[in-house]
Amino acid sequence: MIEIGFLKKENLQAFLKELAAKYTVYAPFAEEDIVSFKPLAEGRDICLDRPANLSPKSVIFPQYETLFKYSFLKKEDSPDKVDIKLEEQMDFKDTVIFGARPCDAKGFTVYDRVYKDSDIPDPYYTGRREKTVIIGLACPAPSPGCFCVSVGGGPADKEGSDILITELPSGYVFEPVTEKGKALMQSSLIEDGKASLQEAQKKQEETKNKVKNPFTKTGKPEISQKIFNEDEFWEQALSKCVSCAACTFLCPTCYCFNITDESRLKEGERIRSWDACMFFHFTLEASGHNPRPTKFHRFKNRVGHKFVYYPEKYNGVIACCGCGRCIRYCPVSVDISKVVDDLCEQSAETNLTSNGGKA
Amino acid sequence: MKNPYLPELATITNIIEETPNIKSFHVVFNDPEKMKNFKFEPGQVGQLSVFGVGESTFVINSPPTRMEYLQFSVMKAGEVTNAIHELYVGDQIGVRAPLGNWFPYEQMKGKKILFIGGGIGLAPLRTLILFMLDNRKDYDDITILYGARTPPDLCYKDDLKEWESRSDVNLILTVDTEYPGWTKRTGFVPTVLNEIAPSPENTIAITCGPPIMIKFVLQNLVKLNFKDEQIITTLEKRMKCGIGICGRCNIGSKYVCKDGPVFSLDQLKALPPEL
Repeated sequence: MIEIGFLKKENLQAFLKELAAKYTVYAPFAEEDIVSFKPLAEGRDICLDRPANLSPKSVIFPQYETLFKYSFLKKEDSPDKVDIKLEEQMDFKDTVIFGARPCDAKGFTVYDRVYKDSDIPDPYYTGRREKTVIIGLACPAPSPGCFCVSVGGGPADKEGSDILITELPSGYVFEPVTEKGKALMQSSLIEDGKASLQEAQKKQEETKNKVKNPFTKTGKPEISQKIFNEDEFWEQALSKCVSCAACTFLCPTCYCFNITDESRLKEGERIRSWDACMFFHFTLEASGHNPRPTKFHRFKNRVGHKFVYYPEKYNGVIACCGCGRCIRYCPVSVDISKVVDDLCEQSAETNLTSNGGKA
Repeated sequence: MKNPYLPELATITNIIEETPNIKSFHVVFNDPEKMKNFKFEPGQVGQLSVFGVGESTFVINSPPTRMEYLQFSVMKAGEVTNAIHELYVGDQIGVRAPLGNWFPYEQMKGKKILFIGGGIGLAPLRTLILFMLDNRKDYDDITILYGARTPPDLCYKDDLKEWESRSDVNLILTVDTEYPGWTKRTGFVPTVLNEIAPSPENTIAITCGPPIMIKFVLQNLVKLNFKDEQIITTLEKRMKCGIGICGRCNIGSKYVCKDGPVFSLDQLKALPPEL
């Protein structure tokens, strides 16, 4: 049994093809300028040299999925009434996500606590998650705006991955993390990689040292309760936000959703789709009352959820993986790391978060 | 694994027109076993589905001591509530219940209970009132202060009649302004609360109504020297999943659908002001 594996670069395609015989394999592919996770297909070239624009969260938490189907059947004995039939839709395939960056893999662990390890587990998420093996790729270089190290992660963090691979000039070093991962390394294409481990770890360490820490006050996102509760702070921090919610859609840890019905004549589907707390309608009640009526309230809730409320519930873990997407792609350049830094105080007495996101 | 999103099918067995825009629905699960084994606590809520339109959250306002049917009261407000209002006896509906927490009735034993309700806000209180009346000896004095805009807007008129006739219930009714034929009190609920000035001694106050009424009732109870932990309310928010995931009904780290809807004032004060 190989403890550390090695895959030659020229064998990558063959290895993925081998996996594809048993699994649906998702990997990052470039289409024009956009890199996103798509199923393996002939003629597509894998793009591992830059982080995907869209995280792989949709593989386990699709942007749009059917929860169940309903159909109306006319009652024979009373023609003015209908019987309703419900059919669950749960067909989950064995899946591999290849080349997720450690920030993206960590994103799934933020979901896990809420969707899988809760007292009322979500069967759709849990079903897919359990059938998915994640092959993480140690990040070769930080991207603009990313800050994984200061929120409890790192460019070679193994949390969330089943295998972590590190790219070297001649191939990939495979470090198994879970049993699921180990099982995937049983391939004739995977050689013993023990000899290359040290080189891989050196590379991992080098990248880690290059990741910026945006939290200038204490090095950690230690949010001051006092500033967090000041309305003026949010009004200033968010004056340019246009409520487009791109940040939430690109975020590997944002997991809010909507449930709607889509009907045809005698049948239809109950659909779950991604939703965003940055939208006015998200919390709008039928009476017209809205508990989070302005973008300031909504952003406070978003930042609060990631850096205060989630850590409160889950042992101090921060629900932000520091991937930097919301910073890179915000059309008006709202920078969440800058906002959180501004929420910190040099020597805060009443901090809401205080352990830097480590569980 | 149980699918928490899949509703149980049920049939509407009775419809009561409470007010011009509120109807109560008696609902019985199609599966007799499910009905027989169904357990819930006073104050818990359920999601009602009209397939093709959607789901909304309502409190189960019949008490667990009366299990022939589950009663939900629905005020016409949006798409789903309008669709529910168009249903007839015999029609099918989806139910996901019970959801959320409940009134801490064990801790209220031996205490004086003060209910303060406005409009449809009497619905969650009704559950607990009927539950307490069915266990009457466990509780000291029961006072119910209930108001609505006009007399036709008062819900549960049969219950009100019964409570008024009982010697072991003190019912105080009010409507916002004078109305032809109305001989009882007039004035907003928070104002009437000040007028009757109940003593906080050995008392738990439980309130539900429109947000603006709750706001002033809470203020006035504090002025009447009720401590925060003697004041309980039950909240309403837009909800989808009902199991603390979808992110709609949270106030800070608490989800109204799962950690609530019942909160004491001291619990609420620890949360961001997003009622």
